[in-house]
Amino acid sequence: MSWANRLSPAVKAVPPSGIRRFFDIAAEMKGVISLGVGEPDFITPWHIRESCMHGLHKGYTSYTSNYGLLELREEIVRTIYNNYQVTYDPRTEALVTVGVSEALDLAIRALLSPGDEVLIPEPCYVSYKACVTLAGGQPVPVPTTMEDEFRVTVEQLEKLVTPRTKVLLIGYPNNPTGAIMPKQELTAIAQFAKKYDLIVISDEIYADLTYEGTHTCFASLPEMRDRTILLNGFSKAYAMTGWRIGYALSNPDFIAAMNKIHQYTMLCAPITAQIAAIEALRHGRDKMDSMVAEYNCRRQLILDGLHQLGLKCFEPKGAFYIFPSIKETGLTSLQFAEELLKAEKVAVVPGDAFGESGEGFIRCSYASSVSNLSQALERIGRFIKQYQ
Amino acid sequence: MKESLKELLVQLEKDCTQPIEQLAAMLHKTKEEVAAQIKQLEDDKIIVKYQPIINWEKAGEDKVTAIIDVRITPQREVGFDAIAERIYRFPEVVNLYLMSGAYDLSVMVEGHTLKEVSKFVSTKLSTIDGVISTTTHFMLKPYKYAGVIINDREEDHRLVVSP
Repeated sequence: MSWANRLSPAVKAVPPSGIRRFFDIAAEMKGVISLGVGEPDFITPWHIRESCMHGLHKGYTSYTSNYGLLELREEIVRTIYNNYQVTYDPRTEALVTVGVSEALDLAIRALLSPGDEVLIPEPCYVSYKACVTLAGGQPVPVPTTMEDEFRVTVEQLEKLVTPRTKVLLIGYPNNPTGAIMPKQELTAIAQFAKKYDLIVISDEIYADLTYEGTHTCFASLPEMRDRTILLNGFSKAYAMTGWRIGYALSNPDFIAAMNKIHQYTMLCAPITAQIAAIEALRHGRDKMDSMVAEYNCRRQLILDGLHQLGLKCFEPKGAFYIFPSIKETGLTSLQFAEELLKAEKVAVVPGDAFGESGEGFIRCSYASSVSNLSQALERIGRFIKQYQ
Repeated sequence: MKESLKELLVQLEKDCTQPIEQLAAMLHKTKEEVAAQIKQLEDDKIIVKYQPIINWEKAGEDKVTAIIDVRITPQREVGFDAIAERIYRFPEVVNLYLMSGAYDLSVMVEGHTLKEVSKFVSTKLSTIDGVISTTTHFMLKPYKYAGVIINDREEDHRLVVSP
C-alpha cells in the first residue's frame, strides 16, 4: 500500500521544489562557493540580538496578542508612514506574522475561493504559485523578459486576465531577478488592478534593498491602500531570516480575516523575535544602511565581472540577486547549474526553479563576501570558456 | 566629504589589500579614477598609513602591554601638547590620547617583558618635567582591537542553497 495515495490532492498538485534537489547535491560537496543562498551573509546586528537576550532575562517568554505586540505594530506603521506616507491603524490594520511566508499564505487563503485565478509575474519567489495551489486557487504565470528588465507590463496582464481573476501577486524588488518597478510603471499596474477590481498582494520584503531611485510602495499609489495587502518583514534588510518575523498591512476586513487563520494555526509570532524586531525598527537604520552600501558595491562587482565573462545580464537594481542569461552556452539552466557545481564547485540556482520564464538563466546571490564573489567569477569564467 | 570618497575609504578600511580593479568595479569607476582618489587621500593625510592587524600571541611572540593614566601640569601657551610630544616620541608608546576626567593622558606602552615596561614607566615617563603621577594597568587579554574581534567564533551557518 502506498501512503502517497492518501495525500490530499491539493498537496499532490504542488510539484517538488526545484531548489531542493539541487540543494541535496550541493550540501554533500566540500569546498563549494555558494552563490545560491537567498539570505544575507551578515549575522543579525548585535544590538538586535542583545535586545532579544535582554527580553529573555526579563522573562518575556509568553504568548502575545494574535496580532503581535502592539508596541511592534506601532513601530511598523510608523516606519511605513515615514518611508511611504501611507497610514495604517496599528490596532486593526496590522498583523505580525511568522515571516512574510506566513503572511503570504494567510493572505491567499483569506481571499481565494476554489478556482479563483491569481496573476503572478514570473520569474518569482518559489512560494507564490505553491501557496495559491494549496489554497485551491489557480496560479496564472505572467512571463516577463530580460528585454523588459523583468518588469511586468499591463499589456501582458491584459492578455491573461479573465473573469475568474481575483488577485494580482507581485514581488518587487524581485527574487530572483533583482528587478524593480519604477513608480510610473507601478501606477499603470494600479490602474489595471482598479479596472478589473483585483486585490493586490505586494510582497515588498526587499524594499530597503533598492540601489537606484527609491522604492515605491504599492499601497502608496492613489486608491490602492485598501485594495492592497502589503507584506514586509525583517529577514533581508535587518539580516534576520532565522527569526521568522514579518507583517501584513491592509484594510481591517482583510487583516481580521487573515488573523482568523493565524490565530488557529500559528497563534502568534515568537515573542523573542517580536522584541528583536522592535529594536531593529527603532535603532537599526544605520546598520542597515551600511549593509545596503556593501551589497551595492558587490552588485557592481558581480555585474562588471559577469559582463567581462561575456554573459548577457541586465543590471539588477534591487534585492541581492543577479540573473544572467546562460542561453549562449546551449545548456539548460539545470544542466548549467549542475555542471558548474561538479566542475568548479560553484553553486548557483537554476532559473527555471522560479518559473518557466526563468529557463535560460541562473540566479546568483551576491550576499557573499567579496573574496567569494571574485573566486566564483573566476571559476564561472573557466567553466563557460568551453562553451564559447 | 564627497560620498564617492567616503565609499572608497569605507572599502579601504575594510580591506586595503583589495586590487584596484576590484575597487573600481565595486565603486563603478575607472581604475585611473580610483588610483587618483587614493593618491589624493594619501597626500591629504586622510589615509595616514596602511598596516595589518597582527595577533602577536598567535605568532608566538610575547608582548606586554600597559595602559598608563598620567596626570600632568599643563604649560602656558602650549597646554598639554609639549609634554604629550615628549611622551609620544618614545617608540615604546603605541597610543596616546588626551582625556577628560580624573587624569590627563592615556598612554599605551608595549614591551617584551613586564620588567621592560615597568622600567620605561619609572625611568622615562614619570621623570618627565610636568608629570605629576602615573597609574599603570597591565593588559591581561585582548578581545577586540581596532574594531576587529581577535578570536571571532561566529560562523556562517547558512544552508548552501536556499530560495
